[in-house]
Amino acid sequence: MRLLSATLAIAWKDVRLEIRSRDTVVSALIFGLIVVVVFNFGLNRTPGSLAPVAPGLLWVAYGFVGVLAMNRAFAREQEQGALDGLLAAPVSRDAVFLGKMLGTLAFMLVIEVVLLPVFAVMLDLPTLSVTLGLIILLATVGFATVGTFFAAIAAQTRSREILLPVLFFPVIVPVIIAAVEATALVLQGGPMSPVWTRWLPLLVVFDALFLVICPWIFGYVFEG
Amino acid sequence: MSRASADSSAISAVGLRKDYGDRTVLRGIDVSVPWGETAVLFGPNGAGKTTLLRILAGLSRADAGEVHIAGLQMRRSGGRARTLVGFVGHQTLLYSDLTCRENLAFYARLYGLDRPAGRIGDVLDQMNLADRADRRVRTLSHGMQKRLSVARAILHEPTVLLLDEPESGLDTDSVASLGRLLDDWSASGNSALLTTHSAEIGQAWADQILTLDRGRLAEKANPPRRDAAALAAPCPDPARG
Repeated sequence: MRLLSATLAIAWKDVRLEIRSRDTVVSALIFGLIVVVVFNFGLNRTPGSLAPVAPGLLWVAYGFVGVLAMNRAFAREQEQGALDGLLAAPVSRDAVFLGKMLGTLAFMLVIEVVLLPVFAVMLDLPTLSVTLGLIILLATVGFATVGTFFAAIAAQTRSREILLPVLFFPVIVPVIIAAVEATALVLQGGPMSPVWTRWLPLLVVFDALFLVICPWIFGYVFEG
Repeated sequence: MSRASADSSAISAVGLRKDYGDRTVLRGIDVSVPWGETAVLFGPNGAGKTTLLRILAGLSRADAGEVHIAGLQMRRSGGRARTLVGFVGHQTLLYSDLTCRENLAFYARLYGLDRPAGRIGDVLDQMNLADRADRRVRTLSHGMQKRLSVARAILHEPTVLLLDEPESGLDTDSVASLGRLLDDWSASGNSALLTTHSAEIGQAWADQILTLDRGRLAEKANPPRRDAAALAAPCPDPARG
């Protein structure tokens, strides 16, 4: 009960801070829009030519936007040493990690939901579906879990903006592959069985694995 | 854990050692602060004062040695030990875009306070911040932020206070007020350990003076018991913080 209460308190605090400052969501949204527009003009666009690359573009953009949100999540804790306040409190390190992860997940989902219709228009994506929503949710949980962990590590260093993507992207490759493949099948109207039997289970296993591993290592790294 | 059932010392550290890479910051420190006493830690920059306080607060792990807070071993019972500790660091540990009240409400939830609203009002009153309760922290002066940081540290009614140069940035009235708070604190049987560079504060507030030098406890003294007049006297030079 204390774990849940502390986790929600930390996540809600991050949401409240974001509502006040709006700096993470707004800057990430602007960045996401710029990426979409640049892709749109940068690629030699002919009818149907974007369909094969659209899933990759979507997830590359989500990945970059996610890194911005993750960097900001722990930068906020560093500003007045607030991370020490969390770690000095009698709550488990799991609660600190999960609270920060939930906050990051919320920001990323908001950004992704806002960007998706823009992508749909700019990249000529067909109608969006519930399956695509599930793919985005599961992949974003993986992004937020791994990203929160590496953001916490990177925040302890002077070169955190550089270090986070360098640590994050190699580990998150299985999620990107699964998300791109599944998204391609959904958008191109291909056979759905690989989505349900291969790619979504891969995302679920990845999420479950890292939701165990990341809080555990976080607790060890930040144990007093 | 109540004081009666605890160890005779509020804070007990034995053989603390801490290395950062090949640099040894603490070299076998023994500290014991009895209940109802305030200990003041002196030492030049780099002597290891902040590192020692962070280890006692459970924010950093010693490479060797043991810490007990009210008889609870920090390594094994960190969560319970941390409920007994209030920590004031160099930084405020507050969120600039939340109001004073919201910051305290957040920490009240982390510490599991049952009915926090009344307690939050009490500590804001105690630190003379009641009229700023709904102002964002970033709009407060440095001294006010420091007072709010003390309010945050005492919010959950800890029995042990750890303060790292608490007088830094405070005006003379606020320092005198902090002195009175510490006086009441130890009169209630609670304990405190603080670092300072101000000899006046050390003399006025300390039951026990410890001097650290290059990671070793160079000197330990028990000065004459302070008096109320000395506590109330404005004494520090904030620029030294």
